[in-house]
Amino acid sequence: MSNALTWLTDPVNWQDQLGTPGIPTQLGNHLAYSLAAVAIATVIAFPLGLLIGHTGRGTPVVTFANGLRALPTLGLLILLYVVVSPHISGRGDAPYLVPTEIVLVLLAIPPVLGNTCAGVQNVDPAVRDASVGMGMTGREVLFRVELPIALPLVLSGLRSAVLQVVATATVAAYVGLGGIGRYLYDGLAARDFAQMTGGAVLVAALALVLDGVLAGVQRYAVSPGVSGRFGTGPAQAGARVAEAAGKASVPA
Amino acid sequence: MIVFESVTKRYPGGTVAVDHLDLEAPKGRITVLVGPSGCGKTTSLRMVNRMVEPTSGRVLIDGADTAASPPAALRRGIGYVIQHSGLLPHRTVLDNIATVPLLLGTDRRRARSRAMELLERVGLTPALAKRYPAQLSGGQQQRVGVARALAADPPVMLMDEPFSAVDPVVREQLQNEFLRLQEELGKTIVFVTHDIDEAIKLGDRIAVLRVGGRLAQVASPAELLARPVDAFVAAFVGRDRGYRALGFAAVSSLPFEREETVRLGEALATARDRLNGGWVLVVDAEDRPQGWLSEDGARLAAQETVTEDALNLGGTLATEDGSLRELLDAALSSPSGRGVVTDGEGRLLGSISPSTAVRLIEERSSAPAGAPGTGEEA
Ligand SMILES: Nc1ncnc2c1ncn2[C@@H]1O[C@H](COP(=O)(O)OP(=O)(O)OP(=O)(O)O)[C@@H](O)[C@H]1O
Ligand SMILES: [Mg+2]
Repeated sequence: MSNALTWLTDPVNWQDQLGTPGIPTQLGNHLAYSLAAVAIATVIAFPLGLLIGHTGRGTPVVTFANGLRALPTLGLLILLYVVVSPHISGRGDAPYLVPTEIVLVLLAIPPVLGNTCAGVQNVDPAVRDASVGMGMTGREVLFRVELPIALPLVLSGLRSAVLQVVATATVAAYVGLGGIGRYLYDGLAARDFAQMTGGAVLVAALALVLDGVLAGVQRYAVSPGVSGRFGTGPAQAGARVAEAAGKASVPA
Repeated sequence: MIVFESVTKRYPGGTVAVDHLDLEAPKGRITVLVGPSGCGKTTSLRMVNRMVEPTSGRVLIDGADTAASPPAALRRGIGYVIQHSGLLPHRTVLDNIATVPLLLGTDRRRARSRAMELLERVGLTPALAKRYPAQLSGGQQQRVGVARALAADPPVMLMDEPFSAVDPVVREQLQNEFLRLQEELGKTIVFVTHDIDEAIKLGDRIAVLRVGGRLAQVASPAELLARPVDAFVAAFVGRDRGYRALGFAAVSSLPFEREETVRLGEALATARDRLNGGWVLVVDAEDRPQGWLSEDGARLAAQETVTEDALNLGGTLATEDGSLRELLDAALSSPSGRGVVTDGEGRLLGSISPSTAVRLIEERSSAPAGAPGTGEEA
């Protein structure tokens, strides 16, 4: 552990050198792979989840997406690399990037899809009935009633997608891309356990920071009437975020 | 006016919930649909705003077939209140009330100031405006539900057991305030309940449905109590319908007797002198009855004057222009056996004995049984 600390605090590791990018660059790569995957997954799964939840039709899609979680990530990556990459004639990283992103997107879809769908379906039928009875159209019911009420579940789905993707994006290094996975695979190859442990700590830290950001967004975006945090002005909400951050830093 | 023209609803699966219903709900009146569970009350109600589509027949509002207007537009013009308020949990009380005006494109400030008015109108303090539904009691939620239905000032209101999920005391308050509100607003209301007492209290017209969705009888409350059309309606209306019917019999000239009184604060000695049959009626400075003082009460009192804590508060008050039911109840509940009658301002007029009350009832029954003012509208 102390070796990892030495590795993490060594200024040399934080600078780009010829052929070996520094920690900030790898963090940036890791973040880019992860956010791209979560963004793509959200664009696909969020509208689909709303639609399935609202209409009640197409629930087998959710079950199927959940089934995808059982696929072994590394195996899938290798398979895609073998099958897909030869067809990609792009320059640069594209032949490696595409299979990696597909794997990560497949990982992020189930929590976003499942939670969005469940959030909409869980809305109190009396609330939905009253909304229709007051003269809301289907679209108005979805966006003015169902979505705001489903928001806590939608966002927690997004958070668990982010956590999983950030943790798993280390596989990018396996097909030769960058990211923090580099330290894990290179460290393993060189039996440099300080580097490996340092990399693992970086992944965990990145995941925690992103989760904290999303938790803040959730606190701000969800109506107090739904979350049960009554009487929270923005000032108080801010104070709570600071307090939570303080607590989180203790065990780290 | 709302008209059901031979309306039938058969659900997929074959249940006939409503069977050839012909019914009119007159403009500006409360029409109550009542009947046992599963008799099709909710289904009938929901066919008015097309939450349920009739299998056959038509529903007309002011002569226009509801099937001709797009459902969403139709519903925005009809107030709708349901049993479990159905308030939007993510919106404040004020924004809940403003929902329909906002859907209709009213600007936010106007919608909110109107919502604020309505909040007070249904008997809630403005302090609740910024709360969320989860922070309200059940009774408060129902009031907000009523305010929300009134927000766009619709001429027609549909209410499905709006007061049945609250305790009896709150229910009675809500019913009274609802009647007061309706007196001011004069909406055309269809009101569903399974509670015959509520139906009699609130309805201008009552439609009794039997299971299978067939109409058993439509009548004013008084007529329903006096002349149930068959055994089903008679059983549904209940045992003490004779007593309840007295609630619709107004008394015109009351043969009450003078009652000796003492005022609060007068000497106990005076009270003892005025005892009549062991009891004397105590009034306040404005002659409003406060309670009865008994012989024992006067003897055991701690002070030398008549105070409130020595009084027996049993005994209801009847008003001069009230019903026979009120009068009989006052006479029967009075500890002295003399029912207290007051004027409209609550000042004492005199007292009446149970036997006089019974005589009045007898005189009424020998007169032709019929419809007093309440029912039988155009
Ligand atoms: N959506 C539906 N699909 C199939 N059958 C239904 C549906 N809604 C109601 N029913 C049936 O229609 C009949 C009438 O139902 P409705 O809800 O109108 O009764 P109700 O008089 O309002 O009863 P309650 O007093 O219990 O609310 C019942 O037998 C019920 O089971
Ligand atoms: Mg019902």
